[in-house]
Amino acid sequence: MGFFRITGGLLGLLMETLYWCKASFSNSDKVFAQLYIIGNQTLPVGALIALFSGGVLALQAGPTLAQFGLEENVGGLVGLSLVKEIGPIMASILIAGRVGSAMTAELASMSVYEEIDALKTMDINPVRYLVMPRFIAMVLALPILVIYMDVIGWFGGGIVSVVNPEVHLSFDVYYRNLSELVDFTAVMNGLIKAMFFGIIISIVCCYVGLKTKGGPREIGSSVTKAVVMSFVLVLVSDYYITRILLFLNLD
Amino acid sequence: MEQKLQEQNTNDNLLSTITSKEGGSSASVLLDYLKCASVGVKIDNIKRSFGDNYVLRGLALDIQPGETVVILGKSGSGKSVLMRHIIGLECPDAGHIYVAGEDINNPDFKKNHVIAMVFQSSALFNSLSVSENVALYLREHKIFADESELKQIVSSALDIVGLRDKDDVMPSQLSGGMKRRVAAARALVMNPDIILFDEPTAGLDPMMTRTMGDLICDLKNKVEITQIIVTHDIDLAFYVADRIAILNEGRILEVGTPEQIRASVNSATIDFIKPQFE
Repeated sequence: MGFFRITGGLLGLLMETLYWCKASFSNSDKVFAQLYIIGNQTLPVGALIALFSGGVLALQAGPTLAQFGLEENVGGLVGLSLVKEIGPIMASILIAGRVGSAMTAELASMSVYEEIDALKTMDINPVRYLVMPRFIAMVLALPILVIYMDVIGWFGGGIVSVVNPEVHLSFDVYYRNLSELVDFTAVMNGLIKAMFFGIIISIVCCYVGLKTKGGPREIGSSVTKAVVMSFVLVLVSDYYITRILLFLNLD
Repeated sequence: MEQKLQEQNTNDNLLSTITSKEGGSSASVLLDYLKCASVGVKIDNIKRSFGDNYVLRGLALDIQPGETVVILGKSGSGKSVLMRHIIGLECPDAGHIYVAGEDINNPDFKKNHVIAMVFQSSALFNSLSVSENVALYLREHKIFADESELKQIVSSALDIVGLRDKDDVMPSQLSGGMKRRVAAARALVMNPDIILFDEPTAGLDPMMTRTMGDLICDLKNKVEITQIIVTHDIDLAFYVADRIAILNEGRILEVGTPEQIRASVNSATIDFIKPQFE
């Protein structure tokens, strides 16, 4: 029963948010404010995570490929892994953990302390005022963050490939193989996933936040619930989005 | 300490500010803006339960236009639930609430009437400054095309509640009493037909309680706005009310002027209004 109630609630909020996207231009200041918050909270950490993730991919795959004389393919392996899977998933987990959790905490606190009720009494729709700017900002920011993390991850993989004596590639070889294998379709594949993940994270975090009732303890449990639910839904939907992209010959 | 002293000064200034309409004070800008229509409220036998908990059990009350009615009741008697019904945040299981003869659940109700509420928790937005909080309704509904006109109304409202110098301050830096007054200013700029106060003096010191009481009296006398106040502060009730309604177990037990309530022979009313410590 709870499953159907939550699923219905999430879909209902998504529909209402899509409806209010018509007011996005008149609320562009709120969208930009959210974009600034997302960028501010994720870019430095995202760079660090991406650098080391690219590095560890090259560190793990490089020596194994070198055993078969295939070390020239490290660039392609790191590049494709990052753009198709690791980049979108890492960026989503980062956004859900840092931004989504803050979103849930803020909206949950607003619910608990009657601020959402105050908005309603002022005839200000909470979905238009609070959810829509966060939704648009996250759907825009997540693909941008993925591109940013992909590029830094490639760079991290390149450094390890050059420095690691078991691989010992030149940066030129690494980059050539990467640019041969990573094409526009592969990048778009990752960006489409990121966009869907942005929809999932923003709707889940806003929904859980708005539905919070009680006191400070419930705010904490709502944050945990929203982040866990976002992680699970991102990972489950990743499989189905990949299946759909494969079916459409986009993978 | 400094904040306390400022609040004390504000308390002294409040009445003189609001009454200095002729003197060209900025408070007069808001008083001119408030074109109150003075509407009446009819609560018609509303019932509401949450599971097995029957909170409102056929509550009926008529409030005349421009009247200030205080609803007194002990904790858990359904006062706040009643307020949430009047403002449309909750729907009754049965019964209706009419404002100026129009059902508040009518889809077009909000086009014709504005009801403002001062929440017990103040419900200010922490990410907005004091002036932004007060201006929120005006900005979101694009009431003024001219930003300077909007700022004038906002500073006038802050002037009335004695917080003009706090316009750039964030709510987290305000005391409980100041927050309540900002919430009152936010309600005033909505130019409402009715203002609801939910426990306006809960958690306030005697000075701030007096300030809130004065503000309610001034709105009654100068703007003639319909006001509904729920509280269990007996002193405030007798200070501001035109009529007092005693709420007990989800029903109105007794309604009357403060004098009639004082002279009541109903044992539940006597128990409720008698001094706590004799």
